[in-house]
Amino acid sequence: MRTPDLIRFARDAATGSPLRTFLLVIAMAIGVAAVVVLTALGDGARRYVLNQFSSIGSNLVIVLPGRSQTGGFNPGNAITSTPRDLTVDDAQALRRASAVHRVAPLAVGTSEISVGGKLREIMVAGTTAEFIEVRRLTLAQGRFLPPGDWRRGLSEAVIGASIRDEMFGREEALGQLVRIGDRRFRIVGVLASTGQGLGMNTDELVIIPVALAQAMFNSNTLFRILVEATSRDAIEPAKTQVTEIIQLRHEGEQDVTVITQDAVLATFDRLLGTMTLAVAGIAAISLAVAGILVMNVMLVSVTQRTAEIGLLKALGATGATIRNAFLTEAAMLSVAGALVGFALGQAGAAIIRQLYPAFPAFPPDWAVLAGLGTALTTGILFGVLPARRAARLDPVQSLSRR
Amino acid sequence: MSIPLIELAGIERIFRLGDSEVHALRCLDLCIAAGEYVAVMGPSGSGKSTLLNLLGLLDRPNAGTYRLEGRDVTTLSAEEQARVRSERIGFVFQSFHLVPRLTAAENIALPMILAGIAPAQRAERVAHALRDYGLENRSGHRPDQLSGGQRQRVAIARATVMQPALILADEPTGNLDRATGEEVMRLLEELNQGGVTLMVVTHDASLGARAQRQLLMEDGALQHDRWRSSETAADQCARPT
Ligand SMILES: Nc1ncnc2c1ncn2[C@@H]1O[C@H](COP(=O)(O)OP(=O)(O)O)[C@@H](O)[C@H]1O
Ligand SMILES: [Mg+2]
Repeated sequence: MRTPDLIRFARDAATGSPLRTFLLVIAMAIGVAAVVVLTALGDGARRYVLNQFSSIGSNLVIVLPGRSQTGGFNPGNAITSTPRDLTVDDAQALRRASAVHRVAPLAVGTSEISVGGKLREIMVAGTTAEFIEVRRLTLAQGRFLPPGDWRRGLSEAVIGASIRDEMFGREEALGQLVRIGDRRFRIVGVLASTGQGLGMNTDELVIIPVALAQAMFNSNTLFRILVEATSRDAIEPAKTQVTEIIQLRHEGEQDVTVITQDAVLATFDRLLGTMTLAVAGIAAISLAVAGILVMNVMLVSVTQRTAEIGLLKALGATGATIRNAFLTEAAMLSVAGALVGFALGQAGAAIIRQLYPAFPAFPPDWAVLAGLGTALTTGILFGVLPARRAARLDPVQSLSRR
Repeated sequence: MSIPLIELAGIERIFRLGDSEVHALRCLDLCIAAGEYVAVMGPSGSGKSTLLNLLGLLDRPNAGTYRLEGRDVTTLSAEEQARVRSERIGFVFQSFHLVPRLTAAENIALPMILAGIAPAQRAERVAHALRDYGLENRSGHRPDQLSGGQRQRVAIARATVMQPALILADEPTGNLDRATGEEVMRLLEELNQGGVTLMVVTHDASLGARAQRQLLMEDGALQHDRWRSSETAADQCARPT
């Protein structure tokens, strides 16, 4: 049998029973569409998180108090188990490092803000003028904290967009006096709204000078020191220098953890990549189910077409020809299902992107290829058994069956 | 003397159903020359269909040899047998056995498609067959749009389109009324006059009587082998001793 004839024969056989063909194509399509949409969601989540992290700032090196467990053994550490605090002096010392461009200390705590009888719980960040650059924040109104001595500070505050809206409504916020904790502050700036993001939500934040924050929380310790390296290539040298300087200042003890943004990103990238893979695997199960469906429906089809198979043999068809005809049919149904599913999946991903523009729900290429590939192989693989059964039918008995 | 078309020697066909055995064919010797017109008759269950299936290589005997055109075909592989069926044998069935989703023209073309004949040649031969059997304006109709007689004509066209040496017809008029049956028999007889060997199973004694030679089967054995005119091809076959 010539290949075009084989394809036409299989096509006619498929279109000859439209309901059966429709169900098989739909089953296959749902499987492929599930793979495409779910991996689009998974990979979208990965990209979303990466974007969010990148927007925190670039070339960031972050110093946090306490040693991470992954460090090497340090005899000094074994004796004094309580880590030394991170101080503003530590932060100031880091400014000398050659690979460091900017440094912003960060002390964090909760307090209350009140103005004109309104009271609200807030997150207070004590920092310095550099913070706005290091974190890549933008102002909607006014100005940020002024540069100056880190150990002092004017009673000035910069507030997040939501706090501005809640505390002042339509009134002008700039220049107003508010009470934060038991101190009075003048509002000098309002941050631009960033929307819901990862980590600290700056819309809900009140930023005051670090010295005042430490006084307010009655503590000398810092929550973080944010360091901006001079360039992307300087991130690793900056990390080394920062580690050395702090170690020197802490009497040779390595009692801080220094992480780079890249390392955090890589971790998330891996984590969410694995998640996408897992989701793709779950979706692939629906493809296997579709494959089993193909097999059963094809087996029923062989039974229904027993007389036809007997006739084909009487007309000179070899077992191989009949096997190929059934395999071609199974393959065609799978291809059709895979293509329909691909189109449905892409449409679904496009709809998700329309509904949530911030969410980059693009199915990764590997997932699309794997989905299509799995559909075709399961379809053909599960088509083999029915095809072989058809090829082995006894022509006399097949013909006598009505 | 040319070699006979069909030579059966000591053919046995036994069906086993659980413990019981059915001797559908027993100790059958038969010799048919090319170009003969043979009617196979006998009561129901006497083994007529089994004989035709064996001759058509759709079935294998439990014992005995079958020579087709001098070649032992019982020992051929399944693929080789399919090739012989494709090239040398045409079947006509009582219930037509047309593929319902295919048109008359496509049904006629089916053996050529299976044999891998080029589309141009196929179209030419199908057109020819449609003309020969008066089906020109039915070519695009599917079987359920055709009358019984037309369906059987399509089936005969299909059986002859590969120009076989042997046509096996198992009760070809069984599902047709008398007049249509007559017409179908006439078509088959015309083929025989054109040189094709024709074997027809029939219940109808008057139809059977039209054949040159009648085989009467009974309980799987050949009861009578009768020539209408005694001079014919019998001497081509060396009578088994
Ligand atoms: N596949 C089969 N299995 C069991 N017995 C069969 C089978 N085919 C035919 N037979 C038996 O063989 C005998 C001959 O059958 P068949 O050749 O169909 O008779 P006819 O065509 O002369 O009516 C019958 O007794 C029938 O029951
Ligand atoms: Mg019969």
